[in-house]
Amino acid sequence: MEKRGIELDIKVPNQTRYLSLIGRIGEDIAREIDRYSGDRETLAYQINLVLTEAMSNAIKYGNPDNREETVHILINISDNELFIRIYDYGQGFDINEIPTPDFDALEDRGRGIFLIKALMDSVQYRKQADGNMLEMIKQLH
Amino acid sequence: MNLNSEIITGNVVIHVKEERLDAHNSAELKLEFQKLFASGSQNLLVDLKEVRFIDSSGLGALVSGFKNATTSHGSLRLASLQPQVKSMFELTRLHRVFEIYQTVAEALEK
Repeated sequence: MEKRGIELDIKVPNQTRYLSLIGRIGEDIAREIDRYSGDRETLAYQINLVLTEAMSNAIKYGNPDNREETVHILINISDNELFIRIYDYGQGFDINEIPTPDFDALEDRGRGIFLIKALMDSVQYRKQADGNMLEMIKQLH
Repeated sequence: MNLNSEIITGNVVIHVKEERLDAHNSAELKLEFQKLFASGSQNLLVDLKEVRFIDSSGLGALVSGFKNATTSHGSLRLASLQPQVKSMFELTRLHRVFEIYQTVAEALEK
């Protein structure tokens, strides 16, 4: 029987120099999705972006006492959905409490979670027994 | 970070020679803007022709430079945005903040 799903389980050193590698993997995945009828290059950019933002956050906030030297990313693609899960070991935060940026205030920071929420269909951040998990889902149609 | 700078008709034109502006290299760009304004430069034009990808920290570095420009009574303008990069400015409403030109030549004519 033909297996249709793809699952990638990635552990990458928690250094920003690897953001481009993870972003490229995201772009390649977008180009491999058979049934996607939207603009593929836009999807590639969006997946690159959400992976880059989520991994940057995990590097910055998710490893307070250097207990892990890697960032763990799980990507799952089925016919209809793309799941991305990124694990961290930081204090965590309430994703629903992150405000929409004040577009007139011109802050240097604070746009990352907004971009993720704008580009994905579902975004949840959950505490787990050992750390936290950011789960992002995009419907593919 | 790979950058080339040249001075053309009173503008410091900064050609960003990177495919990505992200959390790995955006702090360097931010620092470059600070240095230029601190050393008396007034009008910066950032050529993003080779930048194919920008994230929130890349946008943040440009916003930081824009604020430096305002404080220094100068300007920081942008040219040659690739379509996907431009869409990030639109999504974050930053296209209303920056003066954005199709090409460096067009910006220099203004």
